[in-house]
Amino acid sequence: MAKRIEVKDLDIYYDKFLAVQNVSLTIEPRSVTAFIGPSGCGKSTFLRSLNRMHELVPHARVEGTVVMDDQDLYGPNVDPVSVRRQVGMVFQRPNPFPTMSIHENVAAGLRLNNARISKGDLDELVERSLRAANLWNEVKDRLNKPGSGLSGGQQQRLCIARAIAVQPDVLLMDEPCSALDPISTQAIEDLINDLKADYTIVIVTHNMQQAARVSDTTGFFNLQGVGQPGQLVEIDDTTKIFSTPANQATEDYISGRFG
Amino acid sequence: MPTSTPERELDLESPIGGPPLVHGTLPRWAPQFTLVTAIAAGFALFAVGTAVGLAAIAAVLLYGLAIYSWSRPIEGARKAKDRVVTAIVASTFLLALLPLVSVILTVVSRGVARIDPAFFTFSMQGVVSEGGGAYHAIMGTLIVTGLAALISVPIGMLTAIYLVEYGKGKLARAITFFVDVMTGIPSIVAGLFAFALFALILGPGVRLGIMGAIALSVLMIPVVVRSTEEMLKLVPNDLREAAYALAVPKWRIIVKVVLPTALAGIATGVTLAVARIIGETAPLLITLGATSGTNFNPFDGRMATLPVFSYYEYVNPGVPPEPSLQRAWTAALVLIIIVMVLNLVARLISRLFAPKTRS
Ligand SMILES: Nc1ncnc2c1ncn2[C@@H]1O[C@H](COP(=O)(O)OP(=O)(O)O)[C@@H](O)[C@H]1O
Ligand SMILES: [Mg+2]
Repeated sequence: MAKRIEVKDLDIYYDKFLAVQNVSLTIEPRSVTAFIGPSGCGKSTFLRSLNRMHELVPHARVEGTVVMDDQDLYGPNVDPVSVRRQVGMVFQRPNPFPTMSIHENVAAGLRLNNARISKGDLDELVERSLRAANLWNEVKDRLNKPGSGLSGGQQQRLCIARAIAVQPDVLLMDEPCSALDPISTQAIEDLINDLKADYTIVIVTHNMQQAARVSDTTGFFNLQGVGQPGQLVEIDDTTKIFSTPANQATEDYISGRFG
Repeated sequence: MPTSTPERELDLESPIGGPPLVHGTLPRWAPQFTLVTAIAAGFALFAVGTAVGLAAIAAVLLYGLAIYSWSRPIEGARKAKDRVVTAIVASTFLLALLPLVSVILTVVSRGVARIDPAFFTFSMQGVVSEGGGAYHAIMGTLIVTGLAALISVPIGMLTAIYLVEYGKGKLARAITFFVDVMTGIPSIVAGLFAFALFALILGPGVRLGIMGAIALSVLMIPVVVRSTEEMLKLVPNDLREAAYALAVPKWRIIVKVVLPTALAGIATGVTLAVARIIGETAPLLITLGATSGTNFNPFDGRMATLPVFSYYEYVNPGVPPEPSLQRAWTAALVLIIIVMVLNLVARLISRLFAPKTRS
């Protein structure tokens, strides 16, 4: 579990539009890496290129390499489905499956793939995932109720439980708290802290305090101008980025001078 | 230079510093009172010899005029217009309801007499005047429509899935175009198509249940494609992405996430498509012919169906004609009941399968 990701010279396109240019970085295992930056600078785009979700957009493509444990995710003959088995994702808006109960939602990764697993093992997996997502106590009495009946924060934790139930090595989170209230946000941040013992976590956030609170490493994405590609300006230890960033633009951004 | 813009002056004139918030209102019984008066006037016109339709139109116009000129000076222009538009909406609604109510009343009043056990258990084999039933036609309708659904639902659903989930570019555009064209095919043409098709294969003059089913499929497929397409488009992309992120292959996402989420709507669409074709007469007249006996085999010989049965009983009545005419009306009534039941089933299905939120 938990893998290192090395990105080299990554250019990400939407058809002819170069959205993110020339990203090179290393994401350490068992750590939390946060990406901050102004809206539209390509944070989500970059994140989605790490589990090959980017190419689901018609004509979207990627140049460069993303190496995870000596394997290039974009190499020939690599099956995007197996990549996504190792790199899970949590989205900005909670998106539990409306036709499924809470239990079925957590088990979705297995059920949808027709995995052969006994009922007892499945129940145990669901409980373990819900406990890991700090949701077990709130839902253990209504596992068979629809997942969409939960509050927004609970739904988001349900989605996290669903993502970790398939036991990925890496967990990508795209602004997982931006649709949540402060208390739910707190719950998710605590959860991220717990999860990093087992997972490599990459999180995009709009909230700089959040990046400072939860992450070990922080990367700053920026745009040179409208219509220009987004670029990774700098990436370093979170404490360093928030105290003595190397780049002027980073300092301007974190001190709130723009963005 | 003193600033005395027009707004300023207006402000000064009104005591609370803006347009007044309080307007006069008509008494609550005003619309009812005007309506009763207008209807009474309509009746009066009718009594002095005006045609009933003309009198009704006059009553509606009178109501609109009266309520407007009453409301305008008291409530102001906006409220008065609101009342007139309310009147227009209500009267067009009643207008739309009129044919429906009239058809149902006529069919029920003329058809209810033969709603008896015999009608549902006997065919017309050996019946010359009284008695007999539409058992053969009911069975024929159920078999032919069922077969048509069996053909159309898979083809229509798969087409819609292709269009929404896979189709891009020329082929998808061409399919969409042809589906649109098919929607506009007159039903008689669909019948002729099936007739010509089987004439090529089995020689001219054959009449089989399956031919009718194929003719009905031509009419049903575009309806199924369209309704399924709309329902699939309503499935939020978030759900597809959530499933992708769980490493589920695309075809499984479609089968296990997209289709179940859209199932209620698709089932409703299919039921309504069935309701739409079950009353078709012209294509069945050509492809099935008519028969007085019960035939359960759609691959062998003519079959009776309710619309065709009703039609023939009406245009070729026996001697005396009354029993035949009565059977025709009852067959129509049974058809309407079947369609109503189908609509109820559609609602039930959409309630049962709809994604649940709470409970
Ligand atoms: N599906 C898409 N098709 C085309 N362009 C897109 C798409 N999604 C995002 N973009 C463009 O890519 C750039 C980066 O967007 P995004 O990654 O969403 O930024 P962020 O997440 O940092 O706000 C923006 O210019 C945006 O307009
Ligand atoms: Mg984003």
